[in-house]
Amino acid sequence: MTQQTVKVKKNIVDEGIEAGLARLTPERIESVIQRVLNREAGARLKTYARTCVHCGLCSDACHHFVSMNRDPKLSPAGKVKRTIGVMMQKKGKVSKDFIREAAMVAYSECNLCKKCVLYCPFGIDVGYLMTLVRRICHLLGVVPRYMQDTAHSQSVHFNQMWINGDEWVDTLFWQEEEARDEAPDIRIPVDKEGSDIFYSVIGPEPKFRAQLIYQAAMIFEAAGSDWTMPGSPGWDNSDLCMFSGDNEMMGRNKRAHFEAAAKLRVKKIVMGECGHAFRSVYDVGNRWLGFKMPPIPVIHAVEFYHDLVCNGKIRILKKFAQPITLHDPCNIARGMGLYEKARELAHALCETVVEMTPNREHNICCNAGGGIINCGPPFKDKRVEANSVKAKQLFDAKAMGAEVVIAPCHNCHGGLEDIIHHYGVEMELKFFGDIIYEVMEKPE
Amino acid sequence: MTLQTLYTIIAGPLAVLAITGFVLGCVYRIVMAVRQTASDRMVIEYFHPRYALRSILRWLTPYSTVNMRRHPIMTLVTFVFHLGMVVMPFFIFAHMLMVYEAFGLSWPTLPDVFVEWMSWAVLLALVFFLGRRLILPEVRYLTTLSDYLILLLIALPFFTGIWAYKGWWAAEWVTLLHMLSGEILLLAIPFTRLGHMVLFFMTRGYMGSEFGGIRHARDW
Ligand code: SF4
Ligand code: SF4
Ligand code: SF4
Repeated sequence: MTQQTVKVKKNIVDEGIEAGLARLTPERIESVIQRVLNREAGARLKTYARTCVHCGLCSDACHHFVSMNRDPKLSPAGKVKRTIGVMMQKKGKVSKDFIREAAMVAYSECNLCKKCVLYCPFGIDVGYLMTLVRRICHLLGVVPRYMQDTAHSQSVHFNQMWINGDEWVDTLFWQEEEARDEAPDIRIPVDKEGSDIFYSVIGPEPKFRAQLIYQAAMIFEAAGSDWTMPGSPGWDNSDLCMFSGDNEMMGRNKRAHFEAAAKLRVKKIVMGECGHAFRSVYDVGNRWLGFKMPPIPVIHAVEFYHDLVCNGKIRILKKFAQPITLHDPCNIARGMGLYEKARELAHALCETVVEMTPNREHNICCNAGGGIINCGPPFKDKRVEANSVKAKQLFDAKAMGAEVVIAPCHNCHGGLEDIIHHYGVEMELKFFGDIIYEVMEKPE
Repeated sequence: MTLQTLYTIIAGPLAVLAITGFVLGCVYRIVMAVRQTASDRMVIEYFHPRYALRSILRWLTPYSTVNMRRHPIMTLVTFVFHLGMVVMPFFIFAHMLMVYEAFGLSWPTLPDVFVEWMSWAVLLALVFFLGRRLILPEVRYLTTLSDYLILLLIALPFFTGIWAYKGWWAAEWVTLLHMLSGEILLLAIPFTRLGHMVLFFMTRGYMGSEFGGIRHARDW
């Protein structure tokens, strides 16, 4: 059985990558690589390449390496050696087969989670280097098909799920109607100018998890918040273009999002429970647009809920009884240091919190992040198998009594769900929103 | 050529060349790294002296990061090795004496026995590093020929230093070899991976700034 799965893994063929490769010429490969190495990348690439002492101390940071029998090719520095290292050495004169391999490494063997930064004595950021490889692959047109599809959707609709303008507003009205059964006066205010809060979500919420919007509305109502959601594009804060290497389109997405908020003259943007969307708005997209910090304050759901719950703005009737464990999403742990707030929030909401170790900024990634889950079905087995350490962590938490995993990130949900399923962990997954909705005093 | 003329050359013009080459080389490295930020503006934009220093000091303190504690022996060896290689040479009596004879400057130095033991420790550390490179698959995979040459380059001045101090066979000649290999090592620092000696402060400083200033998370 194991042999079979190994075989599947070795034979991943991605239509998007193959179609892109078919169009490439050696000249094109060379000129694109030269362009990125010499014009787009600068100090960090060159200094990192020069500084790395080949000590291998970064290896243990990476869940791919640890999960896959400590395969040296999967250590952070090993991945650099297999991709951009060779590109630099050969000055872009590399083959199509090499590009296929590089795309596989960059898109499916690194989550850009930046944990290796905490292990390398020099703080070499392999996540950044893999972003550069993805940038090159994007410019070469060699991108996994499923990921490119979401990027296409963003360039047509500014959301990743091919949702049309009227479908979006319909969904909001539908959820408002549903919520009215429970709280007759509740509203989901669309395009309400001058609100305190601009609430934005990711594309999959209206598509697959519309009840999350309902729950959020109930939470806002209970807290008496002055909030709104935009009726036109800009409502989706996610960004797969950031992960495919399409920086230009990433910038357009972020501009649409910031402009939607600016048009409504809101005080701040509150985002749903998603890690990569937060990274795109707070860390990457804003920089591409030339904003050192987001032009409108951006607050992740964990921070927002922490304020509501810990400062008594909503009342908790009875704490959540089942023991929970908390998964730290990289993008808000290493990306925003929200690990302490997430814990305070968990303790305020739940009776028993079991810790997984390592945790906080040393968390183990779910292996869905960095867009790997968005590379779709061809990569699923590989993704799940390359994270047996997370499965072990979950089993350990379960052995200590945890029954529910809270993961305040959509990608993590997807990734952990697959891990729980594949390894038979049998734990339930929840968002903080689910728990708050369950234990709070509901508006009437 | 006599021993004496060789000595005058190695201790004179060659030493001056090595030291100036080292200093200019390091300055060149720093200037280049800073200039390359022209196409990577963030590095300067987000640089934050306090957080940079916080991270640098953290990573210069033994056993103060998670990964250092995960590899206790490697950490011990690394710190002893770097102290022996970077700090100790300044406090060797014979080294100080040369500066004193040339410029009249003097400072306290370490006892010779201690220096000898430290030198052995540096050599042992090099054997340890060599072993890691040969035995640990993840390190072996990364290792290139230049990594082995660098180990050799560092071993030479320490080995010849002990030899000369002990007054073993042909010690006068070995002293020359010691000085020469030391000069080569010094000159090699800015132009090989040994440049991490200066670049460490830049890469760690930048990451410290990013993590402290923007990500509000620890980077150790
Ligand atoms: S960024 Fe994360 S996934 Fe990528 S090499 Fe580093 S530790 Fe591994
Ligand atoms: S820990 Fe840093 S210096 Fe060592 S191999 Fe990894 S990236 Fe290179
Ligand atoms: S999906 Fe979650 S755990 Fe995985 S990289 Fe993103 S934030 Fe990290």
